[in-house]
Amino acid sequence: MRKEMLTGNAAAAWGVRLAEVDYIPVYPITPQTEIIETLARWISDGVMDSKYVTMDSEHSMLTAAGSASATGARAFTATSSQGLLYGFEMLYAVAGWRVPLVMANVSRGLSSPITLEPDHNDVLAARDTGFLQIHCETCQEVLDSILMAYRLVEDERVLLPIIVNLDGFYLSFTREPVEVPDVEQVRNFLPLYQPKHAFFKASQPMAQSAAVLGGLGYSYFKYQMHMASQNALAVYKEVCEEFETGFGRNYDTIEGYMLDDADYVLVMTNSFSTLGKAAVNNARESGIKAGLLRLRLVRPFPVADLKAAITGKMAVAVIDQNISIGKGGILHSEIASCLYNEKHRPLLLSFIAGLGGKNISPDEFEFIINKTVTGADTEDAGTAQLIYTDKEWQEMERLKRMAGKG
Amino acid sequence: MAGNGAIKEDGGKGVKEMVIERIKSIKGIPPEENMLPGTPACAGCGGLLALRHCMKALGRKTVIVNAAGCFTLLAIYPYTPFKNSWLYTAMASAPAGAQGIRDALDILIKKGRLDPDEDLKVVVLTGDGAAYDMGLSSTSGAINRNLDFYYICYDNEAYGNTGVQWSGATPFASKTGTTPPGRISPIGSELAKKDLFAIWNSHKPPYLATISPAHPVDLINKFKKAEQYKGPKLFIALSPCPPGWGIDSSYTVKLAKLAVDTGVWALKEAVFGVVTHTVVPKRFKPVEEYLQVQGRFAHLFKPVRQEAALNKIQEGVNEYWNRHKLLL
Repeated sequence: MRKEMLTGNAAAAWGVRLAEVDYIPVYPITPQTEIIETLARWISDGVMDSKYVTMDSEHSMLTAAGSASATGARAFTATSSQGLLYGFEMLYAVAGWRVPLVMANVSRGLSSPITLEPDHNDVLAARDTGFLQIHCETCQEVLDSILMAYRLVEDERVLLPIIVNLDGFYLSFTREPVEVPDVEQVRNFLPLYQPKHAFFKASQPMAQSAAVLGGLGYSYFKYQMHMASQNALAVYKEVCEEFETGFGRNYDTIEGYMLDDADYVLVMTNSFSTLGKAAVNNARESGIKAGLLRLRLVRPFPVADLKAAITGKMAVAVIDQNISIGKGGILHSEIASCLYNEKHRPLLLSFIAGLGGKNISPDEFEFIINKTVTGADTEDAGTAQLIYTDKEWQEMERLKRMAGKG
Repeated sequence: MAGNGAIKEDGGKGVKEMVIERIKSIKGIPPEENMLPGTPACAGCGGLLALRHCMKALGRKTVIVNAAGCFTLLAIYPYTPFKNSWLYTAMASAPAGAQGIRDALDILIKKGRLDPDEDLKVVVLTGDGAAYDMGLSSTSGAINRNLDFYYICYDNEAYGNTGVQWSGATPFASKTGTTPPGRISPIGSELAKKDLFAIWNSHKPPYLATISPAHPVDLINKFKKAEQYKGPKLFIALSPCPPGWGIDSSYTVKLAKLAVDTGVWALKEAVFGVVTHTVVPKRFKPVEEYLQVQGRFAHLFKPVRQEAALNKIQEGVNEYWNRHKLLL
């Protein structure tokens, strides 16, 4: 074990190296590229024994990763944003193959307009595909989550692919101190992948991914996937416990920050949660009993853990770094659906912020927390708030004038 | 490497070629059946007949990687007509699926986790819609990476599984569901068939051939020859399609033969880019003999004879064979 200063991307690459992945098909896209370049160097230098192949698109990359996994190899791949969408068809396909592929997604806002910095419309678009999803806040968590991801999805009770998500720029290119475990220690935690269900070999011909006609087979296989994803909730707890025993770090499905005694709760995901935690500190200093719940496991959705953590609270503000055009925050809807039948459900407010990597300033958090407190007082959640400051509005007006649209 | 021949000196060209034990007649076709009957394919499917011969040549230690098309319906849960393995991928990316399987087999063998006897030939199976249009990028990538695989395109010159619409393989003047001949557009498809052979051959793959279900001896010999090469081994089978072409299902082989005899379908191969024709008719039959028996070209003859279109088709065929100095 040693400590290094690593970017989120390098931490992801270290996870792949320590998992002793067999096969890595790649395609570059900002801000993910550093992951595949790091792996390419290690393989070229001979410190990693993996087969690495440069593909012609993310669609091909995902197909190759999935088919290698269906052959019995441990596979990894990585993408971002437009790349995830370009390969989208294969997300559903590979999940249906029931193969334990691990993919890193480095979140980035979606075109149009084309942009570089993060929000979560890319990864959340994949929420219905069958891929499990772990969303990370820190570089250490990225490395650890890659190891946990393989252990989780290679379990025979699960056998579904998984996305480990990290924010582009804010985490992908930020260096943090990261403990890099020894490979022997990782081998104890993560044994060799030896599939009993999906492989190709001459002595046992197998037809995989055959067509089904009619709803009988189709419904059956889709239900199987859903139940396997549900199984993953319990398996996750086991993996989490073993990971803590082996490595001393705990990652539950959700992370609470000053949550136990909080009256008002912010719900966030990924790297901006760090800003939210600072805002909670500020609120506490002003005498507001605020707390934060960071959603880490997004698929399967940790309904029981979430309910236990927030029922009985005065009010919950879901800060969505995504926007379902015509509806609002995606996680707000998901959380609302878990709480609807609860007797002591808190008031649930919706805020859209941080789209395309737009900062969420302390003032904006203060606004969100104040709205949450007054909402609880007046028992009025209001409609979804699209967070945008006066200063940002004025700057945008200036840019519009330059563009001839003023 | 194949065990069916001896190494021939290459005469200083740098490419060693095996002397292949060619079969001389249909008696030499392997009797084993690796694809069994009882599939839901249409009666008289030319592609299925070609595939049956291909699977005889390839043997059972094979995994087929399939792209969306008619033959996706060969493996309908819980049935498969094949003695070998199968993976359906998607329409555009079967060659990428082949890449993943080939690479995984190689690394598992290298790491000692798979017995080399368990190794498989990896075979892409696509229709012309996937091969000529949507899958061109993933195919080009796989050839460029010198992926060690076979690629069989059953080319029925239209999107057949969706009910016969125009594809990049549809020939000039063909009627399809999306190129219906009418008062304004009496010809049907205005576009020429893409030259996929030339597109693939620009990558200079080790082996590339056109095949026909009416020429099984030529087909088997091409697979025998291809076997010696590590890298892409690519085959395009012109596949008469009774419902798509408007022919009786008993007419498939006759029409496949007519396509060759009229010069419409040139049987050829290319080794590292060098093209050789393998079957050249002694006397070419007029193209009209091929066209007039097919429903998809009926509008060229009735109600008005489309003289210009018919001439253009014949001239295109003449130009091809003149260019190759094979028109006698």
